Amino acid sequence: MAEKSVGIIAERDGFIATKGKNKKQLQCDTDSSAGCVSQRACVYCGARVVLNPITDAIHLVHGPIGCASYTWDIRGSLSSGAELYRNSFSTDLKEQDVIFGGAKKLTAAIDGLMEKYQAKLIFVYSTCIVGVIGDDLESICKAASQKHNIEVIPVESSGFIGNKSAGYRAAAESLLRLIKPDEDVVITKTNSINYLGDFNLAGEAWIIHNYLRQMGIDINVTFTGDSHYEALKLAPKAKLNIIQCAGSMLYLAGKMEELYQIPYLQISFLGIEDTAASLRKIAVAMGDDHALCKAEALIQKETARVETIIKSYREKLKGKKAAIYVGGGFKAISLIKQFREIGIDVVMIGTQTGRQEEYETITNLVDDGTVILDDANPAELERFMMEKGAHLLVGGVKERPLAYKLGMAFIDHNHDRKHPLSGFEGAVNFAEEVYTTICSPVWKSLSTGGIGKGVEARG
Amino acid sequence: MLDCTPKEIKERSSGGNINPAKTCQPIGAMYAALGIHKCLPHSHGSQGCCSYHRMHLTRHFRDPIMASTSCFTEGSSVFGGGANLKASIQNVFHIYKPDVMAIHTTCLTETIGDDVSSIIKTAEVAEGKLVIHANTPSYVGSHITGFSNMTKAMVSYISESTASVKKEQINIVPGFVNPGDMREIKRLTKSMDIDYIMFPDTSGVVDSPMTGEFNMYAEGGTTVAQIKDAGNSKLSIALGRFASSDAVDLLHKKCKVSASVLKTPIGIKATDAFLMVLRQSFTKEIPRELEVERGQLVDIMTDTHFHFHGKKVAIFGDPDIVTGLTEFLLSLGMVPVHVLTGTPGGSSNSIAGSFEDDINNMLEGTGISANVKSAGDLFTLHQWIKNEPVDLLIGNTYGKYIARAEDVPFIRVGFPVLDRSVHSYLPIVGYRGALRLIEMISNALLDRADRDASDEDFELVM
Repeated sequence: MAEKSVGIIAERDGFIATKGKNKKQLQCDTDSSAGCVSQRACVYCGARVVLNPITDAIHLVHGPIGCASYTWDIRGSLSSGAELYRNSFSTDLKEQDVIFGGAKKLTAAIDGLMEKYQAKLIFVYSTCIVGVIGDDLESICKAASQKHNIEVIPVESSGFIGNKSAGYRAAAESLLRLIKPDEDVVITKTNSINYLGDFNLAGEAWIIHNYLRQMGIDINVTFTGDSHYEALKLAPKAKLNIIQCAGSMLYLAGKMEELYQIPYLQISFLGIEDTAASLRKIAVAMGDDHALCKAEALIQKETARVETIIKSYREKLKGKKAAIYVGGGFKAISLIKQFREIGIDVVMIGTQTGRQEEYETITNLVDDGTVILDDANPAELERFMMEKGAHLLVGGVKERPLAYKLGMAFIDHNHDRKHPLSGFEGAVNFAEEVYTTICSPVWKSLSTGGIGKGVEARG
Repeated sequence: MLDCTPKEIKERSSGGNINPAKTCQPIGAMYAALGIHKCLPHSHGSQGCCSYHRMHLTRHFRDPIMASTSCFTEGSSVFGGGANLKASIQNVFHIYKPDVMAIHTTCLTETIGDDVSSIIKTAEVAEGKLVIHANTPSYVGSHITGFSNMTKAMVSYISESTASVKKEQINIVPGFVNPGDMREIKRLTKSMDIDYIMFPDTSGVVDSPMTGEFNMYAEGGTTVAQIKDAGNSKLSIALGRFASSDAVDLLHKKCKVSASVLKTPIGIKATDAFLMVLRQSFTKEIPRELEVERGQLVDIMTDTHFHFHGKKVAIFGDPDIVTGLTEFLLSLGMVPVHVLTGTPGGSSNSIAGSFEDDINNMLEGTGISANVKSAGDLFTLHQWIKNEPVDLLIGNTYGKYIARAEDVPFIRVGFPVLDRSVHSYLPIVGYRGALRLIEMISNALLDRADRDASDEDFELVM
């Protein structure tokens, strides 16, 4: 048996807290330690996940092949129209390009793509190497834009300039360029809202669209789930922005308020409680009494429909403990409440890129003794999940096999989710997924002492 | 409509890549390093690279993949990554306690010119611990090149010729294959009663059993002592030229170990060749059990040959695997009409002999005129298929878009397979692996025949 490694480097101390034990402020939003097995990604990753759901765009990665290979159609965001975004485009830079610059190749690649596809929009993503060799993306994109009479927008996403959050920012800058109206265009406001920070994973945005439609509220465009060029161009027309994924969209919302006088509202459609509160908030913010009445009717109808189902799961899951390790703080907060709805306590919670104020909210929400950690590594996750006796981990791709190896149930709350987890339907799916994994008979096959020597089910 | 590929083939001069059939060097280096016992692969570059590689490998193997990163910042890119790497070496041994830290570079650190070997020399490494490295610029070659470079680094850092007489043992470099394949190659060698050292060996690492505990380092992997002792073996076999020949060449240069480069033993001919080399070099007889296995394979090949004969196939993937598959399919009477790898290196007329030459040589005399390409992409493959349709597509998961668009039966072989499980546990090499391939191919073809048959043509016995 290999030696256990659960050491915690002193440098990491400040990033881990236990509620009730110490009054320290959690450190976050800093660079990871060199040499760590970090679960974090890079700037390009952040930018790509935000922009990728734009369905009719060519997403051209300027760099060696890897960055394009690893992000080929991994987002799991669904489209009701174009499918161009599900292809992988790269300039596939070679040694010669690194020495002499990749500008020519980029221009040629754009020309080549325009011959094959009738795209109105190309995003050109900068990768680490482009940041170093110094290709002037700005002027190349501008020239290509004029030549083909389409929008060619650079995304400044060189991997090393920060972490995933910096990529969200880079994506926001590119989106701001995209939605900027042409000089001769006058924006006429309509009585509609933009829905920010839903990437339509497993069709989640469609659920929310449906609710708002029932309330008589028009969705102008969603950033960026199932969105397309024409719709995004009209984004400034909206009267209100609502934000689901705050980590990726708060900056964009702030800018849109400044530039287009669109106020924004943070909402969450994870869990029954948050979904109901969010629908009410939206109706109130729109100053629409009629919508509020309809929201109440919708909430009442949907709550009644799902409550008995949730209750049956709550009885089965009572006393189970969950650990959470997700990308952003806002999702983590919603998850705490959502677990409470199904009778589960959160005993460990961490994020890759949570912000200070989000960690404060988390600390207020959780029970004493809950471990809170920022930018955790697998050894830390293992140690605290085991120490706290978690039955279930919520995480992404890399955390899944870790949980399984520990004999622990798992649900994906990231790109690999298979069912929509938003809204009332999502609350039911969530409860069902949690139940399916925690109460699966497979855990009973785990033999801890050798074959025939006692079988133990942790679930 | 998921099919965005136009049928009309136009000359592509841009050199850009649409729907790649390869990925970058570092992930190959990371996978190879996982095949050393108690080794932590380390990615010297931005956080994202390491994260992507771990994610991709995790999706393929469905096992935890551990690797650390230098976590580059803007500062390190301007001033060099030396400080990051030194801190990394210290932190890795302090926190994660591996026996070996295997560093690979990335396009970023190659471009800014970090001199990794000098940095390692000046770093403090505890007694009994080892740091090795490979240069793996992402803008050269592919993941196969990265695998080859890291395997070569194992030889250059670790292997030594210490015995005066070479030992009666064989080194086997299995190439970028699944742990199931590595197990099968070891089983064949064991049943020949020959002592072997396989490196890298990811069996028992990325297919580790569930015990209810998470161990940073699984039980598998080649030990440092074994890799060191590889310098004393009398023979090395590289299985697959692209992924493995550099390592055995270096072993020959450095430690005077004779080297033999064979195809990845996919199918009857390549497996025969592998066993023949073992038999001749160690004067061993082929045991009865392997004769039986071979006989069973031939039996099944004859039982089913009429299902396969004349069927057109498109194959893509990594060069060593595609070469082996092509040979096997030809032996079944199938017709590979499109054969493509994303890995560059060895286009026709290069000195070292090439992927394209290898395939064309196999096709010579068969009367098959095929499209054969290295450094290709799946856009090209899709266009070929649109212009000359096939009965079967073989390749990694990314083939599913083409299979769907063209409504072609599809079997998943190679790396990565992200949408099916179990594949990495079971072999495609050896006689048993060939049986498995036949089962996969006939199931795909016959399921299609059943699906498409009209009521009057629908048959019970096929």
